[in-house]
Amino acid sequence: MSIAGTETIGRARAAVRLGLATRDATLPVWAGVALLLVFLMVLPLASLVSTSLVDETGITLRKYVEVFTNAAFLKAIWNTIVVSFWVGIIAVAAGGSMAWLVTRTDLPLKRCVRALVMASFVTPPFLGAFAWTLLAGPNAGALNKLYRALTGSDGFLFNIFTLEGLIFVMALYSFPYVFSMIANVCELISSDLEDAAVILGASKVRTACTITLPLALPALLGGFIVAFLHSLSLFGAPAILGLPAGIHTITTQIWTFFQYPPRLDLAAAFSVPLLLATMALIALQKKILGRRGFSTVGGKGGQRRLVRLGWARVPAFLLVGGVLSLSIFLPYWILLKAAFSKAWAVPLDWDNFTLNNFKFVLFQYTDTQRAIFNTFKLGVLTATAGTLLATLVAYITNRNILRGARFLSFFALAPLVIPGIVLAVALFIVYTRPPIVLYGTVWILFVAYLTKEMPIGFSQAESTFKSIHPELEDASRIIGANRLTSLKDVTAPLARSGLIAAWCFIFIGVIRELSASILLFSPASKVVSVVIFDLKEEGLVGAISVLGIFLLLVSFAVILAVHWAAGRDLAGGRE
Amino acid sequence: MMRLVAALAAVWCLGGVSVAFAQDAALVQAAKKEGKVVWYTSLAIPSSTAIAHAFRTKYPGVDVEVHRTGSQRVLQRVMQEAGAGIKNADIIHTSDAGHFVLLKEKGMLLKYTPRGVEPFPSGFKDKDGYYFGMRATLSVIAHNPKVVPEKDAPKTWKDLLNSKWKGRMVSAHPGYSGIIMTHVLALVNLYGWDYFRDLAKNSLHLVQSANDPAGVVASGERPIGVNGAEYFYYKTLKQGNPIKIVYPAEGVPLVVSPVAVAKDAPHPNAAKLFMEFIFARESQQLLADREGLYTGHPAVTYPPDKPKLKDLKLLNADPDELEKRNAEIKKRFTQFFGA
Repeated sequence: MSIAGTETIGRARAAVRLGLATRDATLPVWAGVALLLVFLMVLPLASLVSTSLVDETGITLRKYVEVFTNAAFLKAIWNTIVVSFWVGIIAVAAGGSMAWLVTRTDLPLKRCVRALVMASFVTPPFLGAFAWTLLAGPNAGALNKLYRALTGSDGFLFNIFTLEGLIFVMALYSFPYVFSMIANVCELISSDLEDAAVILGASKVRTACTITLPLALPALLGGFIVAFLHSLSLFGAPAILGLPAGIHTITTQIWTFFQYPPRLDLAAAFSVPLLLATMALIALQKKILGRRGFSTVGGKGGQRRLVRLGWARVPAFLLVGGVLSLSIFLPYWILLKAAFSKAWAVPLDWDNFTLNNFKFVLFQYTDTQRAIFNTFKLGVLTATAGTLLATLVAYITNRNILRGARFLSFFALAPLVIPGIVLAVALFIVYTRPPIVLYGTVWILFVAYLTKEMPIGFSQAESTFKSIHPELEDASRIIGANRLTSLKDVTAPLARSGLIAAWCFIFIGVIRELSASILLFSPASKVVSVVIFDLKEEGLVGAISVLGIFLLLVSFAVILAVHWAAGRDLAGGRE
Repeated sequence: MMRLVAALAAVWCLGGVSVAFAQDAALVQAAKKEGKVVWYTSLAIPSSTAIAHAFRTKYPGVDVEVHRTGSQRVLQRVMQEAGAGIKNADIIHTSDAGHFVLLKEKGMLLKYTPRGVEPFPSGFKDKDGYYFGMRATLSVIAHNPKVVPEKDAPKTWKDLLNSKWKGRMVSAHPGYSGIIMTHVLALVNLYGWDYFRDLAKNSLHLVQSANDPAGVVASGERPIGVNGAEYFYYKTLKQGNPIKIVYPAEGVPLVVSPVAVAKDAPHPNAAKLFMEFIFARESQQLLADREGLYTGHPAVTYPPDKPKLKDLKLLNADPDELEKRNAEIKKRFTQFFGA
């Protein structure tokens, strides 16, 4: 190495030392972001905790005792744990293997598979649950009728109004989360290590198990936790499938606390231990993953080659197709049929054909147009603001810019465990009183969605940053860029696909949000999910079907537009 | 002399009419200035949508914002908003008469007596003039005649306890529906809580709204409804669905659904106009003809295929008792049925 080169390195090192020693000019931005996040999370959380602890007599644990000695409430907790555990397992198994098949093998029709996974992701779980009541209700369900017609039996194949039915449906709409996490990771892992294994004589299976799987393990674990927590906080699906059979989960139980006279204190006492449990889960995840570095993307991209499935190509494809039929084809087929039927349970012939459902939803029922407008307005607003905030926060925690930055990740992830309905009440308490009155407008929903979607945006952004080594930014900072500039010019472009994904995740999360909306909406700020739930409680099957199909079509159009505008199709790979 | 009296009477009548006319015109004008009326209602979505449409047609320039959910949810929302100091609802309408006892007691209702309610039966009127029964329905048994032949079908409330119906029945929920709240109270008064304890042994399918069982029965998902709004069963039947309504001889719960103006109504004139509209004979007749409801209006006629209320043994609910036992009913029902 020449003397000049050594000198350059020496100067650069000095600059780094200097940079660390002097104050970072962008510090106020980071501090501001951190404060905003803390404000967003702490306000409702604090009111939640205080509501659970304080009554007229002062601080008391009475509410906790009342909640945790009641057999019915304990049963609801147990149901929730069982359901969420199995949802997590099934979602990781289905989502993980599908992600691997799509990204690393020569599975046929991959773009199509990706698009359909996206479709199941877009489908609100409560809509899926509703469709499955039409498919697998024990007596009138289409699949059970088919089963009876084929076998001549008078029983049923599958009763969706059970704990198993609930797990099944919730897993169908949780696996896309895992899929997307694993797919991202699989796309980032270069084939170098796999090649090395193959050169040393390992079989395909062995390579997959010893190289690909361990590399994907953090994402798998993360996927399990996300699916677990996602299912924990779902309200619509358990309300639609569990309640008819007398099965309560934590969210539906909390929902009943809000009946008049409301017991917000019990609801809060019910939620706080949940919060603690999730903190523990996330801490555990950190501990497991924290010891290893997972920088798999350097400045130079490695090559990725596809595994040839050979004879397994067809069975693998059938498996993937099977999962997608359960989450997409069957539900939307029955919704489509119901949308055009006078009576959904009767075969669709000319006598049963009607366009009245469309007429009713689009022209007669006045809530719909306003609700559709509100929903998409909130979707775009929240996704944009949320992606920006999540990116900045993930950057802070990942590059450890502020002291105590790792606590920020707790704040960003905490909403995951607050069931939307509890968050809604906390926000209700906070934002219906001066100094900040948001109730009665769409802005309280905006705050709720921003808070609620922060974890998904954050974990998406974080896992993206985690796989981008800071060396590239360091280089940029050495030549004089500040942190914000290097984030904008170097890291963000590398992370672009991850951040676009974050935008879509948040957008979809918003348009299918139900559990917080159901308490926070007002006549002027009704959203589509609330309208669907209203219709569901009254059993207006045709109208729900019309709205559900409409929701799918429009969200898909939005996502395609975003990806087209971003110059890259989500359905495509990174090529 | 007689002619003079007649002439005077005619003048007096005309005068009265024109005074009423002027009042109406002033009210319509004031309502138009307010622009809309916000209606919190538990009336089925298709029915409340139809009423709102009729109102808009009659009074162009005054919009109706329909906010429909179950009775108990309407109350929950009204109370939540009151607690937060939010004034949003103009008209409150649920099927749980107990709610109006509570709201009146809390001073949350505006005393307003629409014209034409004097001849209504006493069960349709608050003695202090705060709320009036806008419509009434029955809670009945229904079955799907394609699945359960009529000769086997349950005819009485007690028939429903037979274990041969296990897993084949649907019930709506008193924690959501005011109709079912009224229904449960009536049957508890008739048979005691043992009735519901025994009924729960038949593994019922639980839905929320009193309107939902109609669809569940029609589709055959559960061929027997152990309760539910008669008007909605009737409407579903009229749409060509396989439904047979049974009016048990032991007595049928009569559910009168009151309506009132909120004390803090942000659009008080539009609200009053809406009250006038809803109790006008033509609107009441519309409820009977199009929505299959009963009303308190003595001049209203009913479709010939609906039973006359006087031919049925009715179980009337006392609003005060409904109010007092609301929490108990929700609690016991949930204990027996699990959710």
